[in-house]
Amino acid sequence: MRAFTKLTGPVLVLEQENIDTDQIIPARFLTATSFVGIGEHAFADWRLDAAGEPLPGHVLNEPRARHSPILVAGHNFGCGSSREHAPHALLGFGFRVVISSQIADIFTSNAQNIGLLPVVLEATQHVSLLQMDGEEITVDLEQCSVIVRAVDGAQQSWQFAIDPFARHCLLRGLDRFDFLDQAEDAIQAFEDRP
Amino acid sequence: MPAPESLPMSLFDKLWKAHVVRPQSKATPAIIYIDLHLVHEVTSPQGFAVLRKKGIGVRCPERTLATLDHSIPTLPAGADGQRPYITQQAHRQVQTLRDNCREFAIELHDWDSPSRGIVHVMGPELGATQPGMTIVCGDSHTSTHGAFGALAFGIGSTEVGYVLAKQCLLQNRPRSMRINLQGKLSMGVTAKDLALNIIRHLGVNGGTGYVIEYAGEAVRSLDMESRMTLCNLTIETGARAGMIAADEVTIDYLRGRARVPQAGAYEQAAEKWLRLASDTDAVFDKEINLDVTGIRPTITYGTDPGMSVAIGEPVPVASNASQERALQYMGFRAGQSMRERKVDVVFVGSCTNGRISDLRAAAKVLHGRQLANHVRMLVVPGSENIRKQAEKEGLHEVFSAAGAEWRLPGCSMCIAMNGDIVPPGKTVVSTSNRNFEGRQGAGSRTLLASPETAAACAVMGRVAGVSDLAAAQEVA
Repeated sequence: MRAFTKLTGPVLVLEQENIDTDQIIPARFLTATSFVGIGEHAFADWRLDAAGEPLPGHVLNEPRARHSPILVAGHNFGCGSSREHAPHALLGFGFRVVISSQIADIFTSNAQNIGLLPVVLEATQHVSLLQMDGEEITVDLEQCSVIVRAVDGAQQSWQFAIDPFARHCLLRGLDRFDFLDQAEDAIQAFEDRP
Repeated sequence: MPAPESLPMSLFDKLWKAHVVRPQSKATPAIIYIDLHLVHEVTSPQGFAVLRKKGIGVRCPERTLATLDHSIPTLPAGADGQRPYITQQAHRQVQTLRDNCREFAIELHDWDSPSRGIVHVMGPELGATQPGMTIVCGDSHTSTHGAFGALAFGIGSTEVGYVLAKQCLLQNRPRSMRINLQGKLSMGVTAKDLALNIIRHLGVNGGTGYVIEYAGEAVRSLDMESRMTLCNLTIETGARAGMIAADEVTIDYLRGRARVPQAGAYEQAAEKWLRLASDTDAVFDKEINLDVTGIRPTITYGTDPGMSVAIGEPVPVASNASQERALQYMGFRAGQSMRERKVDVVFVGSCTNGRISDLRAAAKVLHGRQLANHVRMLVVPGSENIRKQAEKEGLHEVFSAAGAEWRLPGCSMCIAMNGDIVPPGKTVVSTSNRNFEGRQGAGSRTLLASPETAAACAVMGRVAGVSDLAAAQEVA
């Protein structure tokens, strides 16, 4: 897993609430047996026509979309299915961070497992960010903060909460499997109980 | 010295405690042991790849159970013996699961298995799903198994790999919620209607972070298949899992099934299972009381399962931009009667409503009736066992006589990745679980409802309830 420490880059806003995993990656792309290349199908039904050609005018087809590593999405992002294809598609498309005011449980753990940082902010901060399409912000996992430039030009820093173990692994690019592997004795003891 | 009186515990508390391999700390999540790992072709290849990359095997093949359900055709093999897979890639995905199960000695219910079925239908049928278990699968509707008093939830493919390798998962303890369902469901109101009303009440994010236990009179009077429908749809509130404590209904359902203890050992197991019920004074992080008596047959109108109304009600006014977008996608106007909506396709099936009682309910409505001329209807049993039972009862003949297509078991049009799709712009009344944009085919418009309602819609050719059917017949 690629480590995540701190990133500064432009924001891409998808304002819609409840963006589900079927939007992020439609089911017909799930017959592949690997995640390689899945980013090409991210949001396929939103940004591509039936022939697979980009729909002009969609924000995800603007040249900046592939160079905006921070996705800011409406409330309750990533609801629906458990498909890990969804965070893989976002990573493959070019996102490294997803920010919302709520992110679904399974999506969160899937994202953390593969190196996509999910960030949940308070509603008022989230509303402000939704107005910052295209602006540059900083996401600092070391400090657990999102740093934005306010209207008056002053810098504002917003703290976010994240599971400490997920943060530990993301900062170092650690595979959570190693932690399980180190618990082999405990697992063995559990299995050997009468 | 007498032991200190233990704190009252909920069903969830008891299951969590019994499966902690290493407790949660400030810095690390708990390690939780998994009793049963269900596997299907779509989310497992990358999990098996984790094993290969690390050069390790499957820790407990006997705790792992695989089936084909998502990518497979529901039409039979052609004259050449070839099954009509939608793409070679879909066929390869199935072959990959077959290869993986062979290499790692996992029980796979392939085409030739008399028990093959949708993963969440097959597990309970085999008695693999049991009270007190922790159950995972790379599939969000794993919540279904909570109906048996199990802690069951969906995981991603990386975690599928972890469970294959270690039979364990890293988990932070979720919060607990109890929903007390009071009163009795009215005649003609199903678990699907109940679940859609709960989702609307909680919202599609209201369960996020929680494991939900359903309790109360209305739950106790549900049969196991209805309980599975209710727990299945719990994920649509965003909850980790839904669960219902085992009772005599559960015990009777499981008795004699292939994977449960037999004879005297079963009664011993049953006693243990019954003791898992929440203690009287168990504490929950959140508790909700809902009176179910007013619930009527319900149908969705929007693009998430929380956007629903009773069949006779008008389409509500959108209260924000997302809801406006949903109405636009669905081609609805606020205030419009749901009954005005023409229906093109009807789908009866899925892990939500593809069980024998669902097929019986649909067949009862269709018996002696015909689909409206413009309607295409697919009936897809949830498993081979259900298919055989339905055929024994002649249900398939009722469906065929009405003009519906009787298919082989699979997920089919619920997820529409096998070629069973709804064309763009067309309206489908579906007994499945998700009405997301494009869920049943790019541009498809899904209305979720019970099997009874779906069958009534198929006959009327527009949105209708079973009661509309009787009224229409009187007029005729």
